Amino acid sequence: MPQGPRKRSGAATAGRPHAVWALPGVLFFAFFAVVPMGLAFYLSFTSWDGLGDPTPVGLDNWRKLIDDDRMIQSLWLTVLLTAASWVFQTVIALLLGVWAAGRQRNRAVLSAIFFVPFLLSSTAIALLFYALLDPNFGIIRENILGSSGGAFLAIVFVGGWQFIPFHTLIYQGGARQIPEVLYQAAAIDGAGRYRQFFSITLPQLRHTITTSTVLMVVGSLTYFETVLILTKGGPGTDTAILPYLMYEAGFKSYDFGYASAIASFLVLVATGLSLILVRLTGFGGMRSTREGM
Amino acid sequence: MESINGRSNGGRPTGAGPGGSAGGSLGGRAFSRRWVLGAGATTLLTTGLTACGSDDGPGGGGGTIDAFVYGDDAVKVQQTAVERFNKSAASKSAKGTVKLVKVPGADYTSKLRTAMGSPSAPDVFFNWGGGSIRAYQEAKQLVDLTDTIAGDPVLKSGFLPAVLAAGALGGRNYGIPMRGMQPVILFYNKSVFAEHKLQPPTTWAELKDVNAKLKAAKITPFALGGADTWTELMWLEYLVDRIGGPEVFAKIQGGDASAWGDPAVLKAAERVKELIDDGAFGSKFSSVSYVNGGAPAVFAKGKAAMHLMGSWEYSTQLGKFPSFAKNDLGWCPFPTVEGGTGDIRNVVGNPTNYWSVNARAGNKDAAIAFLKDCASETYAKALVANGDIPTTSNAAKLLDASPNPEFAKFQYEMVEKAPAFTLSWDQAVDADIATPMLTEINKLFVGKSSPSAFVSALKELK
Repeated sequence: MPQGPRKRSGAATAGRPHAVWALPGVLFFAFFAVVPMGLAFYLSFTSWDGLGDPTPVGLDNWRKLIDDDRMIQSLWLTVLLTAASWVFQTVIALLLGVWAAGRQRNRAVLSAIFFVPFLLSSTAIALLFYALLDPNFGIIRENILGSSGGAFLAIVFVGGWQFIPFHTLIYQGGARQIPEVLYQAAAIDGAGRYRQFFSITLPQLRHTITTSTVLMVVGSLTYFETVLILTKGGPGTDTAILPYLMYEAGFKSYDFGYASAIASFLVLVATGLSLILVRLTGFGGMRSTREGM
Repeated sequence: MESINGRSNGGRPTGAGPGGSAGGSLGGRAFSRRWVLGAGATTLLTTGLTACGSDDGPGGGGGTIDAFVYGDDAVKVQQTAVERFNKSAASKSAKGTVKLVKVPGADYTSKLRTAMGSPSAPDVFFNWGGGSIRAYQEAKQLVDLTDTIAGDPVLKSGFLPAVLAAGALGGRNYGIPMRGMQPVILFYNKSVFAEHKLQPPTTWAELKDVNAKLKAAKITPFALGGADTWTELMWLEYLVDRIGGPEVFAKIQGGDASAWGDPAVLKAAERVKELIDDGAFGSKFSSVSYVNGGAPAVFAKGKAAMHLMGSWEYSTQLGKFPSFAKNDLGWCPFPTVEGGTGDIRNVVGNPTNYWSVNARAGNKDAAIAFLKDCASETYAKALVANGDIPTTSNAAKLLDASPNPEFAKFQYEMVEKAPAFTLSWDQAVDADIATPMLTEINKLFVGKSSPSAFVSALKELK
């Protein structure tokens, strides 16, 4: 490993912002992310109904977590939702992003319009679709949110509607980084549009795909407002994904110890998953996408 | 990971990463001066936060007391009461005024629980009595009002005894009634009934008959906002009462989870399944919501002929479909079930809402003086004018002033003459039982669970 002596002064650090500028950010992160996370982890070993002091109960909440049938169903639903959201969002965002990477003026205008849903709050979007899906007064007068499959697909769709614009933007940026010469060379070799897409665009976008995937996966794991507003975990428990189960345990049953165990479990799953994703794709290597040119 | 990092650093022209830069500055003198500044700012920020936290909290000895209230349309009665109290002699002698904090309905219980565990807890708060306050009582956060009530003629004889009792736990009073009564009533659409020559059902057999005739006429028999589980709960509450009497749930409320195994619960669940399979609620009820106005609109527009709902259905309809509320809205008690032991006069629902006093309240004199206002005739008149039926013992003579005296009297007599008034199950039991109970009820209604699976799941709740 090329680990030369670090330069403590001189050219490398000159003109770089002083470390103290990071302090507010670090403190904020510590106060509002690290400390609460630590507290939640501590609470997961206690029984606490929100009043008085938490009572230590050892591993009870974690044992309950393993034995709980609803937890297993929730985990499965979360995985399913994550996978379905990934397929739905990636396919559309990738195609839209690559298309929008062109420089014509109409594409710039359309891209701006595509981006609008992302600017709305999740709550507003969920309320909007809740009204649209009302079986008596909505646009689609079917029993969608009240049937298991319908409710699940509605959540995937509404999530996609909200986040596809963001991922489209990422893919647009990624696609614009691909050197024009590659396409020119391919055109000379007689490659058509499809061949160019599969042999140049897709391989060149692999790191963009990884970035977008990690964001999507971690995002889907913490998906909450839409579920709360559209289905409240129902019908029955058919859309009660992990974050909703955590909310229900904490803020409806006032079992903050168990809710904290679910929260801690979610943190572990999300961290593990993003590490695995980064590892498997070799993304951490940050190799240039232009290698081999 | 290390090798990856190494390669990444090596491959980049920037040289030292951000980590290296930070390390370089740590030893510098410039850093320490700025560090002091930064630390100072942090201290300021933290003290600022602490100051905010202790501001206005109970126990501060200040005069003003905070009152948390469920923020729906009925809140204007409490708002007027607070304004009246703050100008009154009682307020002056207790050296305190009341500040009303209106909390949006859906967030009320969560916000109350969070606040009660924090330094900014309310001094006085709205609740449903029963299980809704048990956790606070167990945590010794409530003022025992038994002696206050016994020693005050106005409070002692001011309310219907059964209603006052429903705000008690273990025979001790923790609540003062402060809103109208909310029995669950079977509402029906008079013109639909007249058109199809139907009579409001008084027995289960009649109900099934009405159901069949309405279905033949392509009208959904019952509106049901099944997206909100508490609307489904009302059916089970009445069915269990009519089949097994009020004792069945009374045992469950007392903490005996095995009482879910009472045959009445299974029979009630089977009746529910029967209704659903018969299409009594239509095919889309699980997508329909009550709170966004879906179910009331279906009912008012004649798409559904009946609606089992709390007495607030009247004011809901009056607000959204006034001519329907005035001309076509009919009401009757929930029918009896053949072979059942429950009295048709038994009522389920919410006897009323209560004010309770936080044990840490800063100015208990002011709090109790304020609560006494709820027993006054002025307060009761304000409730009546708002379409509510007060639970005060003098209410009967005030009802002529109601927007709909006929409905008001029906409701008042229904409650006054009821041999038993069962508090809504989800308010009667602790929240950690109520939540899974509602989930199981929803599973039964959407066909994710059978009546027997429903019963065995409920027996597991403890």
